[in-house]
Amino acid sequence: MNTFITILFVVFAVYILVAAIMTVTVKNIVHAALWLISSFFTVGALYLLMEAEFIGVAQVLIYVGAVSILILFAIMLTRDLEGTQNRQMTPRWWIALIVPAALFGLLITPTVLTYQWQLPPPAPAGQSTPIAGAAQIGTAFVREYLLPFQVASVLLTVALIGAVVIAFEERERRRYVPTLAEKVRQQQRVRRPDPAASAMQSSETAGSET
Amino acid sequence: MLANYAFVGVFFVAAVIFPLIPIVAAYFLGPKRPTPTKLDTYECGLEAVGDIRVQFKVQYYLYALAFVIFDIEVVFLYPWAVAYGELGLFALIAMAVFLFSLVEALVYAWKKGALEWV
Repeated sequence: MNTFITILFVVFAVYILVAAIMTVTVKNIVHAALWLISSFFTVGALYLLMEAEFIGVAQVLIYVGAVSILILFAIMLTRDLEGTQNRQMTPRWWIALIVPAALFGLLITPTVLTYQWQLPPPAPAGQSTPIAGAAQIGTAFVREYLLPFQVASVLLTVALIGAVVIAFEERERRRYVPTLAEKVRQQQRVRRPDPAASAMQSSETAGSET
Repeated sequence: MLANYAFVGVFFVAAVIFPLIPIVAAYFLGPKRPTPTKLDTYECGLEAVGDIRVQFKVQYYLYALAFVIFDIEVVFLYPWAVAYGELGLFALIAMAVFLFSLVEALVYAWKKGALEWV
């Protein structure tokens, strides 16, 4: 079973790396987004492999569901993004490579040098404390973490209302363009300010004539 | 726990293979006699004009954002639903309060006309 999990891990990890490289090298930006989504999905599978069930589900819901939707909408809403003749890399890409490589080296060196390569002793049978499952998190939401849970809902509410407010402010600030029917109605109103008043006027003139 | 997800993996592999079989079979078995008319992009029988990609109106982004909000709501709803059997009435009230403010935001967006198709 253990070797099987190791094989699965290697397969998933290699796929994530391949998908990530494809994401940054593929010419068509929609294909790049699809590669990115597939790598998100495989990261979710990796979480499941670590028996972190809830994080895996959250990964699929948030990254595969929400973030990918936002990325695809951003592509849809942007003009001239999907041209395949757009240049993919700057000519001096190797300078950009040095900085993350140096950063990676800085982070990995102390880890490798000082890490004690000892696995924690296996928990005695029957006393193992597994990673908090979805049920424990759900229980915590209504017991210890009730207030953060409710504040999260306020945060989500603020996000949606704020987005609507910003979108509509923008729309109202734009110049109002009346339809043809509204234009005609406006012109009629200028010519005859009030149908009742004009009716009275006409009756007055009719009375004075007789 | 992993054994349960093995079934998901089996389903996933089956879902990939199942549509591949007819595509591969059609590639090997079907006769190929292409003509320019056959290779044409088909769009209601008319000749296709212009680019398929157009820039969409930015108002559509509100739909994406509303989707993201309710997607995150599901992330909260899921552990609550798993634990619901052992929690009782208080959990129901807590989630009702949680949902109420989100429904409030939805009603606001609805009344404001943000959900109308532009």
